[in-house]
Amino acid sequence: MKSVVKQETLGLNGDEAVAYAAKQSDVDVVAAYPITPQTIIVEKFSEYVANGQVNTEFICTESEHSAMTACLAASATGARTFTASASAGLALMHEMLFVTSGCRAPVVMAIANRALSAPLNIHGDHSDAMAERDSGWVQIYAENVQEVYDSIFQAFRIGEHLDVQLPVMVGLDGFTLSHSLENVQVLADDVVKKFVGIRQLPTVLTHEGKTVPYKLDPKNPMTMGPVAFPNYYFEFKRQQEEAMRNALKIIPQVHDEYAEISGRSYGDGLLDAYKLEDAEITIVCIGSTAGTVKTVTDDLRTEGVKAGLLRIRTFRPFPREGIIKALAQAKAVAVMDKSMSFGGNGGAVFHEVRHALYDAKTHPYVVNYVYGLGGRDTSPSQIRGIYEDLQKILQTKHVDELVRYVGLRE
Amino acid sequence: MRRKNKLTVVEGNMISEGKFTAKDIAEKPELFLSGHRACAGCAAPTVLRLIMKATRGPTIVTNATGCMEVSATIYPYTSWAIPWLHTAFETAGANASGIESALKILRKKGRIEDKQVDVIAFAGDGGTYDIGIQALSGAVERGHDFLYVLYDNEAYMNTGIQRSGGTPLGASTTTSQAGSVVPGKLENKKPIADIMVAHEMPYVATASPFYWKDLIVKARKGIEVNGPAFLHVFAPCPRGWRSDPSKSIELSRLAVETCIFPLWEAVNGEYQLSIPSKVIALAPQKKKPVKDYLQVQGRFRHLFTPKYEKILDEIQRITDERWNKLLKKCGMTQPKNA
Repeated sequence: MKSVVKQETLGLNGDEAVAYAAKQSDVDVVAAYPITPQTIIVEKFSEYVANGQVNTEFICTESEHSAMTACLAASATGARTFTASASAGLALMHEMLFVTSGCRAPVVMAIANRALSAPLNIHGDHSDAMAERDSGWVQIYAENVQEVYDSIFQAFRIGEHLDVQLPVMVGLDGFTLSHSLENVQVLADDVVKKFVGIRQLPTVLTHEGKTVPYKLDPKNPMTMGPVAFPNYYFEFKRQQEEAMRNALKIIPQVHDEYAEISGRSYGDGLLDAYKLEDAEITIVCIGSTAGTVKTVTDDLRTEGVKAGLLRIRTFRPFPREGIIKALAQAKAVAVMDKSMSFGGNGGAVFHEVRHALYDAKTHPYVVNYVYGLGGRDTSPSQIRGIYEDLQKILQTKHVDELVRYVGLRE
Repeated sequence: MRRKNKLTVVEGNMISEGKFTAKDIAEKPELFLSGHRACAGCAAPTVLRLIMKATRGPTIVTNATGCMEVSATIYPYTSWAIPWLHTAFETAGANASGIESALKILRKKGRIEDKQVDVIAFAGDGGTYDIGIQALSGAVERGHDFLYVLYDNEAYMNTGIQRSGGTPLGASTTTSQAGSVVPGKLENKKPIADIMVAHEMPYVATASPFYWKDLIVKARKGIEVNGPAFLHVFAPCPRGWRSDPSKSIELSRLAVETCIFPLWEAVNGEYQLSIPSKVIALAPQKKKPVKDYLQVQGRFRHLFTPKYEKILDEIQRITDERWNKLLKKCGMTQPKNA
C-alpha cells in the first residue's frame, strides 16, 4: 500500500494481541475479572504491571459486574479504561453495559466470544455478544488475530471520538482466535501513541451556564447518572442513537487513517467484501468463520461458480445501507449465525440482514444457517454445502427451510 | 501498585473534636443542598448534610440507587454542589474503586492537579447489607482509599418498605408483613459493621444523627484514614417506620439509649465505645428498655398485642446479648446488676 510504517512481527495469540494492544494504548485504568477464554488477556496484562511495563491502575475486581462498574466510574473521572470478558462474565455485566453507554463512557472491552450456559460450555460462539447487541455498545468482530490487534486501537479512537462517546466491544472468537498463535505485525509504541492520542473529553453546559469538560471534577461539579423521569429519559436515549449514527461515519474514517499507517484494511471498517462484485451466491457471516468461507469461495471460483462472501465487521451500528449496496447483485444469500434467537425465526445476523434487504431494489433469496454453537467445528465441506444449497435454491426457485442448522444431529 | 491493607491511624493527623463547633459547621458552605424531595422527617438528608460538613477538601461523592439518589438528583435538578456519580444499586463500592483508581493514576500522569481528592460512597441498607455487599467487600479487600457511608433506614424504603438484611426482628414491612400467623420479620438484623470489622479494615464506626458531633468527627476520621473506612449511620424513616415525622432525631437518640444501636468505633480492629454508649456502659441504670423505642413506631404495633408480645422479650434478649458482646469487645463488662 502507501508509505506504511516499519513493523515488527510477533507470535501472538488473540488474547496476547489484545493485551499487547492495551499496553500500547496507554490505558489509565484496567478493571477486570478472569473468565475462559479471556484469561490470557488479564494474565498478560498482570505481567506487564508486575514488570513495570505499563503506567496503569490495574483493579482485579471481585466480579465482572464490578469490573464494568469500576471502568465506568474511572471513565467518568476522565480516565481511558479497558476491560475484557466473555460468556457468563459479559452476561453478568449486562446491567452495567446499559449504564455505561447511557453515561456515555467510552470504555473499550475485548470479548473472547464464548457460549452461554446451560449446559456449561467454554467454547466459542457469539451467544454472549449477540445477547448484548441492544446495550448501546459499538460492536466490532475480528476475523483473525492481526485484526484483533488492529481493532483495539481503532476502538479507542472510535469510542472516544467527540461525536461518538460510546463504549466499544471488540469480539474475538473464543479459542479459534483467543488461543490461536499467529504472526502479528505490531506497530512501534510511539506510532500507536500518536494514533490513539490522549483521551479527549467532550464539553457540556453546567446548570451555572459554564462550558466544562464532561467528567467528575471538583473544580466543575457535575451530577452524573441522575434520575430522569418520563419528561427527559427519552431524549437521552435518542441522543445515544444519534451517537451510533455518527459512529457509522467515524468507524470508516478511523479505519482508513489506521490503514494508511499500518497498511492493513478490513473493507471499509464496517463491511469486508470478498469476491462479491459479480457474486450470485453469497455467504454473510461474522468473525473467524470468514477465513474458512474465503477458502471455499476460492475453490468454487476455480470451478466457475460465482460465489462471494460478505463479512460484517461492525455489527453495531448496523451498516444497513452498506449491506444493501454490497448485496445488490446477489441472487441467493446465506446468512450465518453463531448464536440463537430462540423463538425468533433465525439468528440475530439473519434478522438484521433480511430486514435491511426489504428496502433493496432487488430481493435475493435470504436463508439462515445457525452453526458452530458451543464451539462445534464448521468445516470447509459444510461451507461448500451451504453454497450448494444456494445453487439449488436458484435452480428450483424454492426455499425448503428458512432456518437450517449446520452439522447438527437432529 | 500494592496497597497496604492494614494502615495506622495517626492520631496527630486527626482533626480534633473541638474544631467541629456548631459555629464551624454553620459557617462551612453546604455541599448537600436544600430543594431535594425527600419525605418530611426523613433522617437521611440530615445524615448526608452533616457528613458533608466533615469534608477536608475536594471531594467526589458516589451514590448507590436508593432514596437519597432518587430524591436528590432528579434531572435537571441536583442537590449536590460537588461532583457526584450514580451508576446502579449494587455498585457503590465498585464506583468508589473506579473513581479512586482514576484519580490516582491521572495525578501520577500529571493529567489532573496533584492534590488529594477524597471519595465518599453513600448507600442505603438494601445497597449495603444485601445487593451491594459483594462490591463493598471487594473494594475493601483491595484497600481502596474511600469512606463508605451506610445510611440505614432498615428496609427498601425507596421501593415501598420491603424488608432487607438490615430490617430488625419483628418489624412489619410490605414483604415481611405482620399478619394473623406471622409477627413481622422473623430474622434479626445482620451485624453489618462487625462484618466490615472482620475485613480487617482500618476504620469502622457506627453513628447516629442525634449525636451530630460524634457523627461528623467519625466521618472526618473515615475520610482522613488511609485506606477504606466504613460508617454505619442510623437513619429513621417516618414513612416506613410509621413514626411521627417530627420524632426522627429523637428516635435516633432512643436507639442508642436502648442499646438497639450502640455507638462505637473500631480502629484497626480495636473496638471502643463512643461516649453516648460508654455513659450507659458505665451507668447501666441509664439503659432504657427497648419497649420505649419500639412503642412509638407503627411497624412494631402488632408486638404490643397479647398474640405477639413474646417477640418483645426476644428483641430485649437479643439487644442485651449483642450489647454484652460489644462490651466484651471493648474490654468492658456489664456489672451483674444490669
